Formats: sequence, structure tokens, C-alpha cells
Amino acid sequence: MPAMLTITDLAAGYGPVRALDGVSFTAERGRVTAVLGANGAGKTTLLRTISGLHRAERGSVDLDGQRLDKVAAERMPALGLAHVPEGRGVITELTVEENLRLGALGRAGKVDSSDLERVYGLFPVLADRRAATAHVLSGGERQMLVVGRALMARPTTLLLDEPSLGLAPRIVAQIFELLRGLVESESLTVLLVEQNARSALSIAHRGVVLNLGRVVADDDADALAADDQLRHAYLGF
Amino acid sequence: MQQLLNTALGGLTLGMVYAAFALALVLIWRSTRVVNFAQAPMAMVTTFVALVIVDAGHSYWLAFAAALASGLVLGAVIERVVVRPVEGGPEINAVILTLGLFIVLHALAAVIFGNRYRSFPAPFGVRGIEVGGTTIALTGFGIFTILAVLVTMGLLLLLFQRTDIGLRMRASAFNPEVARLLGVRVGRMLTLGWALASVVGSLAGLLIAGGSLVHPGYMDSVVVYGFVAAVLGGLDSPFGAVVGGLLLGLALSFVSGYVGSQLVALAALVILMLVLVLRPGGLFAQTAARRV
Repeated sequence: MPAMLTITDLAAGYGPVRALDGVSFTAERGRVTAVLGANGAGKTTLLRTISGLHRAERGSVDLDGQRLDKVAAERMPALGLAHVPEGRGVITELTVEENLRLGALGRAGKVDSSDLERVYGLFPVLADRRAATAHVLSGGERQMLVVGRALMARPTTLLLDEPSLGLAPRIVAQIFELLRGLVESESLTVLLVEQNARSALSIAHRGVVLNLGRVVADDDADALAADDQLRHAYLGF
Repeated sequence: MQQLLNTALGGLTLGMVYAAFALALVLIWRSTRVVNFAQAPMAMVTTFVALVIVDAGHSYWLAFAAALASGLVLGAVIERVVVRPVEGGPEINAVILTLGLFIVLHALAAVIFGNRYRSFPAPFGVRGIEVGGTTIALTGFGIFTILAVLVTMGLLLLLFQRTDIGLRMRASAFNPEVARLLGVRVGRMLTLGWALASVVGSLAGLLIAGGSLVHPGYMDSVVVYGFVAAVLGGLDSPFGAVVGGLLLGLALSFVSGYVGSQLVALAALVILMLVLVLRPGGLFAQTAARRV
């Protein structure tokens, strides 16, 4: 599989704190690449640096032949990259439908109702509550809304930040099942950041394990899941 | 009966102006978390722009349009030049800067336009309309005031609720980081928010000035009531600002008409304290604890 997203020697930090220290890996086109690691390993900083919310000190990010590391965050949707923040990224003061419409404004061209209907088809729960303020949604519904909102921009690549965060195990299983279906039907490239390594590896093709800002493992998902030592040391299952 | 009606009509007219002024404050607070103390002198400056145009022999309406347009530009420039550079620092910095701007604009206006009272024209009559032989306290200009504020509010509502740009502006105000991730140019939206707020403030300034006297400090008493109205409604709610303005206008008019006009400022304070004790977030606060 050819590379869709190539990260080379990426470094970023907060003042003297080094959050990413020379991270390199690739995410293959049409595949799910999981980024795993404990709290503080640099996972969220990695996503924020790729999508331009945080400035890289060194290194490069390449999306399908295009350099991203000097591009402003607000231009990413037009380039096909959608950063899906965890469920708290729902704008709770807006309605479900306004959140979705907002998702389509970042891309070129007009929004038409077929985009909305497509997302409502994928997440019927959202269709039932389209006029409700997003603030009344449950955690699982919020997660569906942020994913649906990202799809409104018709992205090629999704950066997913902890979609399982704060959700009950049953809902987590449901969300991952939905994601697995989406990746196949939409042929999306996904970079999935997760603390819940077991769930993430169940839908990922490859996994990258971060520890203190460095890559400590980069292998097929099955191989990572089978490596007892690595699992115990970094993945907690 | 007649006094009751007149008091209510006077309160309604005044309340509309407070509502417009409170709305201007809320628009800025909601998007940039800045209490804009410079709102009154900004409106004052644009009113003087109108006065210069009227004095040059042009029509009231040209002056009116020029004042609103200069309000738009002034709001945008102040956001870019004064507020933007301190963004990301402690929030009090921008507030202190608007206080500084208050003083600077006052001083500049005194230098440029003169520090004396000048009369400002009104496009409609400022005498009470006669209904069935009795004169009521509703003037032609009063009707214009009410309509102008209602139309402005209607247009803002349409902009925010029905257009893509309004959706972008609301998203930028509620969650700037998520808005950026969705491709919204948040900086531009904040500039636009300040510009629109400044237009609404200018409108309030023109409506207060109409048929009356202007002076570099003529808006300063209005700003106090505008703040009270905005806080009454809950600083986050444009709808609350409008209701707060109307309630305050009516309440103060009744205090002035039935109790004594010297007690108006005190009454405003009492109303504010009562509301804040009973509903600390204001009458219409939806998300009292949203800030993190």
C-alpha cells in the first residue's frame, strides 16, 4: 500500500517540555494506523501538530505529496485532512444539523442536502435529533456527531483523537464497528490515536507505539497485539 | 391613565436604545470575552462624523449611513490594532486597553470636534403625536427609534441563524479551536463581530443624539445603563440583552415618572443587584458555567 501520510523526524513541544522528539512513520492509504501509548506519550500533540494547531519545531508532514507543516489549521479541510477532536469537540451551543453544516463549509464547493442525508444515513441517531441542541446528546452520540461532521468535508484522511474516551465499553464497541464500516465504504485513510489499545488494534492494520515523544514500536497490528512484552510495557493489556 | 401610557411609551423608546447598546456589548463579549468599555466613545465618534456631514449641508440620511459605515470600520480597526495583539494573554489586558481607548477617544474627540454641546438633528418630529385630541409621549423620532432597533435586530438574527457566515461567526465565538479545524477563519470572524457590534453601538449613539445635544461625553450615561441591561440579560445572550434593555428602560421610566427622576441611577443599581442575587448568571444565561 502506498503512503498517504508521511511523518518525518517531527519534533514539537511546550516551552522546555519535549512532547514529540523526532517521530517518523507512515500511514498507508485506505488503512487504519493506530497511534498508541500512555497518557503523556505525545499522541494528542502529534495530531495537533499534523493539523497545524501546534507548531512543529522540526521535521515534516506530507499528505499525498503535499507538505502540510507550514499550512494553517483552517486550510486543512480543503486539502482533504479532517482532524476529529474527541467528543468534547462538539459545539454544544449549536444544533446537530448546524454542527454538520459547519463541517461542510471548510471544503470547496456548495453544501447540498445529499451530504447531510449521507451522514444521517450513516448515523440515524443524529437524523432523529437534527434540530436538537448538541448539548443534549450523550457521549456516544457526540462522538458520532464529530465523526459525521468531519465526513461532511469529504476528507481523504481522518485524524481521530481518542474516540473511545469516556464512553461505556458497549458504546466503544459500537463506535469502532461504525468506524470499521466507514473505512471500508469510504476508503478513508485513518490515523487513530487511542489509549484503549485493545479496541484500537482490533480495527487497525498497523500500529505505532509512542513513549515520551519517541516511536518505540511500528508494526502490523496483529504483531503488536501478539507481543506480550510490548503490551505489558506500553499498552496496558 | 394617560400618565401610565406616556411613561410606558417613554420607557419603551429608551429601552430600545439600551437594548441596542447592550446588544453591541454582548456581541463583543460573546465572541472575544472582552467587555468593551470603549463602546460609548466609539459610538460618540461616529455620531460626530454624522454631525460633520450634516453641518457640511448634506442630508441627515447620508450622515446616518456614513456614521454606521464609520462604525463598521472603527470596530474592525480596533479589533485588529488594539485587541488582536493582546489576544492569548490574560483576558483583563484587553479590557484595560478598552478603558484606555475610552480616554483616548474622548480626548481626540474634544480636540477634533470641540468640547462643547452641539445640537444634533432628527429626521422626524420630536414632539408628541396627537391621538384624539391628547398628545402622547410618542414622537415621530421615537417611532423611528423603535423601528430602527427592531429592524437591526431582525437583520442580525437572520445573519446569525440563516447564513453560512453567521454559522461561522457563532462557531468561532463558541469554540474557536474546533471552528479552525473545520476551516473557519476565526480571526476574520472576530473582526467582523467587532465591526457589527460597533455598527449597532453607532446606531444607539445616533438614536440618543437625534433631536438632542451631543458632546464628547454624551454617551457616557447610556453606557452605564447599557451595561446594566447586558448583565441583566446574561452577558452571553443577545436575546437577553434586548429583553434586559427593554425591562430596564421601562423600569427606569416608571421610577422617573412615579417616584422621582433623581432616583433613576439608584433604581438601576437596585434592579441589577436584585437580578444578580436571584439569578447570578443573568435572566437568560443558558450556560452559566461554560467557561473553563
